[in-house]
Amino acid sequence: MNANGVLQIALYLVVLTACSRMLGRPIARALDGERSWLTRALGPLERLVYRLAGADPAREMTWMEYALAFLLFNAAGTIALYALLRVQGFLPLNPDLLPGLSPHLAFNTATSFATNTNWQSYGGETTISALGAMLGLTVQNFVSAAAGIAVLLALVRGIVRRSAGTIGNFWADLVRGSLYVLLPLSLLLAVALVSQGVVQTLAGSLDVPLLQPAADAQGQPVVSQRLALGPVASQIAIKQLGTNGGGYYNVNSAHPFENPTPLSNFLELLAILLIPAALCFSFGHWVKEVRQGWALYAAMLVLLGLFLALAAWSEAQPNPGLAGLGVDEAAAAGNPGGNMEGKEVRFGIAGSATWAAATTAASNGSVNSMHDSFNPLGGLAAMTLMAPGEVAFGGVGSGLYGMLLFVIVTVFISGLMVGRTPEYLGKKIESYETKMAALGILVSPIAALVGTAVAVSTAAGAAGVANPGPHGFSEILYAFLSAANNNGSAFAGLSANAPFYDTALGLCMLFGRYFIVVPVLAIAGSLAAKKFVPPSTGTLPTHTPLFVTLLVGVVLIVGALNFVPAFALGPIVEQLQLVSAGH
Amino acid sequence: MRATGKARPLFDPPLLWRALRDALVRLNPAYQLRNPVMFVTEVVALVTLLLFALAVLGRGEASAGFTFAVSAGLWLTVYFANIAEALAEGRGKAQAESLRASRREVVAKLLPAGDRRAAPQPVPGTALRAGQVVLVEAGDTIPGDGEIVEGIASVNESAITGESAPVIRESGGDRSSVTGGTRVLSDWIVVRITANAGETFLDRMIALVEGARRRKTPNEIALHILLVALTLVFLVVVATLRPFSAYAATVAGQGVPVTLTALAALLVCLIPTTIGGLLSAIGIAGMDRMIQANVIATSGRAVEAAGDVDVLLLDKTGTITLGNRQAAAFLPAAGVSPRELADAAQLASLSDETPEGRSIVVLAKERYALREREVHALGAQFVPFSAQSRMSGVDLDGRSIRKGAADAVEAWVREQGGILPPEVRSAVELVAQRGATPLVVADGARVLGVIELKDIVKGGIKERFAELRRMGIRTVMITGDNPLTAAAIAAEAGVDDFLAQATPETKLRLIRDQQAGGRLVAMTGDGTNDAPALAQADVAVAMNSGTQAAKEAGNLVDLDSNPTKLIEIVEIGKQILITRGALTTFSIANDVAKYFAIIPAVFAGTWPALGALDVMRLATPESAILSAVIFNALIIVALVPLALRGVRFRPMAAGALLRRNVLIYGLGGLVVPFLGIKAIDLLLVALHLV
Repeated sequence: MNANGVLQIALYLVVLTACSRMLGRPIARALDGERSWLTRALGPLERLVYRLAGADPAREMTWMEYALAFLLFNAAGTIALYALLRVQGFLPLNPDLLPGLSPHLAFNTATSFATNTNWQSYGGETTISALGAMLGLTVQNFVSAAAGIAVLLALVRGIVRRSAGTIGNFWADLVRGSLYVLLPLSLLLAVALVSQGVVQTLAGSLDVPLLQPAADAQGQPVVSQRLALGPVASQIAIKQLGTNGGGYYNVNSAHPFENPTPLSNFLELLAILLIPAALCFSFGHWVKEVRQGWALYAAMLVLLGLFLALAAWSEAQPNPGLAGLGVDEAAAAGNPGGNMEGKEVRFGIAGSATWAAATTAASNGSVNSMHDSFNPLGGLAAMTLMAPGEVAFGGVGSGLYGMLLFVIVTVFISGLMVGRTPEYLGKKIESYETKMAALGILVSPIAALVGTAVAVSTAAGAAGVANPGPHGFSEILYAFLSAANNNGSAFAGLSANAPFYDTALGLCMLFGRYFIVVPVLAIAGSLAAKKFVPPSTGTLPTHTPLFVTLLVGVVLIVGALNFVPAFALGPIVEQLQLVSAGH
Repeated sequence: MRATGKARPLFDPPLLWRALRDALVRLNPAYQLRNPVMFVTEVVALVTLLLFALAVLGRGEASAGFTFAVSAGLWLTVYFANIAEALAEGRGKAQAESLRASRREVVAKLLPAGDRRAAPQPVPGTALRAGQVVLVEAGDTIPGDGEIVEGIASVNESAITGESAPVIRESGGDRSSVTGGTRVLSDWIVVRITANAGETFLDRMIALVEGARRRKTPNEIALHILLVALTLVFLVVVATLRPFSAYAATVAGQGVPVTLTALAALLVCLIPTTIGGLLSAIGIAGMDRMIQANVIATSGRAVEAAGDVDVLLLDKTGTITLGNRQAAAFLPAAGVSPRELADAAQLASLSDETPEGRSIVVLAKERYALREREVHALGAQFVPFSAQSRMSGVDLDGRSIRKGAADAVEAWVREQGGILPPEVRSAVELVAQRGATPLVVADGARVLGVIELKDIVKGGIKERFAELRRMGIRTVMITGDNPLTAAAIAAEAGVDDFLAQATPETKLRLIRDQQAGGRLVAMTGDGTNDAPALAQADVAVAMNSGTQAAKEAGNLVDLDSNPTKLIEIVEIGKQILITRGALTTFSIANDVAKYFAIIPAVFAGTWPALGALDVMRLATPESAILSAVIFNALIIVALVPLALRGVRFRPMAAGALLRRNVLIYGLGGLVVPFLGIKAIDLLLVALHLV
């Protein structure tokens, strides 16, 4: 990696920290429903939504009511999206006359978007109509992200409230998250992206003559290309900000209409982590201790930094497959060097590796390069970031509540080590919280491992693999890690649009979302009911570098160590074979 | 108790033998069910035994020798964990037996009418019910726990407290409770029995030290849940490894799927057997340490809560100050020499056998070389202290010397036509302000001056409070003194706060206020009027010398009746939690090294390139797996002393404590297994076992 690359990465992390620190408090206040210029502008809309939905935003809910509201809303959203995708062929705003989706693909896609996974089994511009994209996918892009924020808000109330029976109102949290956080930021980003050349139109595809005529597989001359257009900028904005990742185009952010310039790349990259990072600082605001927010941010940044460094280093290495072919892979002025297979020249090594780390650290899943073509350790970095359940920034809301589950386990173990019943921010962590935190942490590794095991032992699973050997195993493992952790990025190379993968991955997404959300809400309810224990010098401090180190250690040992055997059979052995073959 | 419980070596040979035997009995799977981690280990060990049988029949996946070795390693893991538990319980059992020896068959003298007028009927002590009344005379063993309703006696309580000096027990007041199994040495008492046979204090103690009624404490349950969750996920990790490796072998075109034997070894190495195996031993040993400190806990919950205490309520007298006040200065009236005052004060105190009186005689001797005189030789008449006069003194040669509280002496002087001079009055006020007690001395109508009696703060107590403060525990002094006196002593002793002019009601209110603020409160008490506060406190230590009501309200009983014990109790409570946390951290951190040992070994046939992960350079795949299994079993044995003795505890702030323990047990947990597994591997090779 050359100095330019290091500089790009450092600049990215600095800008991310500054922006998220700045946004933390305004986001917290907007979510609290505090009055501002934003509420004056959008307040009527908020009240209209409540009236239409018949919801009373002031009615407090117990954790069970909250969970029920969350689940019902998600169920309704999933079913509606499924229906829309099935019948899109009969509906308007379908300029390319695309047909309805197959049942398994519609199930997979509906689940994928409702769980904020945004795994793309579908083919983007060639599968989903403009109506499906706008009314179906984009709507879910907003509300699935806002639902994640809502669950986080409920958990925060559990921590902050004392001897309380309720944890807020789901509908109010959902609407405020969408209107006051996601909508304004998306608008801003969409406009910025349009300025960089991202398309935004309701027109259909465009046939353009090729500058250089080419021949197709049958040797017939090809003189024109069909360019798919659509309301791209608006969908990309929320796709990035809401840690969704389901692109308008099949090649996602590698497509020049989705991500045309280095600046658009930087902005989209920033948008991936912006809200999850800012919510750490919002958390500090809510618990009235900014340093607690910094501690969580620091732990996430360390995790991201570790694997971003691994990915960047790995991709700066030459591609062993190109050795001896006369390809210049050495870094020089005007040549980033390293493994450029599957990467866009306009992003280079740093832009691609940072994106790969950020998109898997967050549960975003959009890609601007083909992770499948990364050197094995680059792929390992991406997989390791997903493995502990997307907690290094993670999804909007979901990343932080997932991290708070790890905080509970860390506080429990280290609390014992200082000789007190563990406490976090004045709330005692007892067997109920430990049980729910353990459940929430262990569901996604189990889903990913079991899913992969089923895939490699069945004919249907093995049929999807194009590359045999460790790489094929990595592709399957990556797919299940991505689904079970609601990431949505793909290693590619796997033919996932088949009944088996559509269904199995869809189920993993369901497990990975709802078996975490319900325990988190249960913890929220239990914590809210507890008394506040005033801190003393005997209380475990949870803002120190030592605690951050412990938290990172617990995330890696409890969350990622489970995958060591699987990683050994995939990326690790692949790397070792490449190294020994090179010698 | 103390004689039997004190300084028992950690590995007393008879105890060790018994533990080795008991540990075998505990291999019963029904017994292991209580501990899911060890239950899984035992089931896996059973499976490997079956695999061994298959291998012997020539139908195994791995060689019979290797399978047998792994199986033996797994069985040893379970056995070692059992030894730890049996050893911890064995120490309690030995104590229980010595207690049982003191509970011999007693014939009780039942008084059917409930008083001494009727003749007593002999009944077996085991047939006594609560509410019955018995007579106990000199030489008799008290047949059950009860309250003295009539009489006074000296009682030998060594069976319970280990203290052979007799104590006085009498009806009424705070010294009226007696414990079954103790012996009346002189006089007689009539006792109303308060506990049915089989439910007495002695029975409870026996059950407790045996660990028979031990229930898991809240933190132990929470930890168990975490361990079970980890076990579950590792089960999935290991179970899915079989299809993964089968797939790998297929695509590699070489090697075989991981053998079940290797999977069994991997599973047991990964699940937290170290902490799982030692968890109950830690709890039992913690209770045992309490018992060695001569504290009986009625529940493990109370012991654990002791570690969480935020506020300690301590009685001033006996805890913070020595039980009695001592003369510190003579402040003469105008026209009286200090020596004259000291002389009169000494005369007035010669026959006063109270500690205060003795201290006056001593101070006069020290300051003015006034030798002690023989009262009878002087022909003096001693006037003892009475509740009416509130003075004591001496009459000799027509002089009437009196000492007492200022108002009492003033009334007495005025009766004889004298007055309390203003400078004496201001001296009295000054002394009171300093937190000391003023005694006025008068000779007839003439007031000679003031003796200053001071509360003596115990040596070293201030440092203890500073330690507590570092641990985040606030101390509150409880005293019946007025606020001025209380403030002075509180400042001298270095407590954080005080409650002056305390009554049972204000004490109770203080506890409730602290609890409403989310704090956990600990206190000691002995009197009946302490019972409500004891019942309200989270950790309530009753003095064994106290009343039955106090003992029932408390959740811990201090057999030494030493109020400072509360501090020790807090430390033991913390130590138990720290030991659990430290061993959990160690256990989980161990997994990293075990992965590095086992993963390259099990995939050696399929992907030889993975040998690069074998950073320990272990001899063969078999020895790698065996070394990890053996390390996993031996580490339990190695940690037994730590589990039984507890992690060393030094009072310090939580942050510093955490840093220390993370360094030792977290970092140690990462490094030690690398060294241990390599060492075992070298040994196996040296012994030609692999």
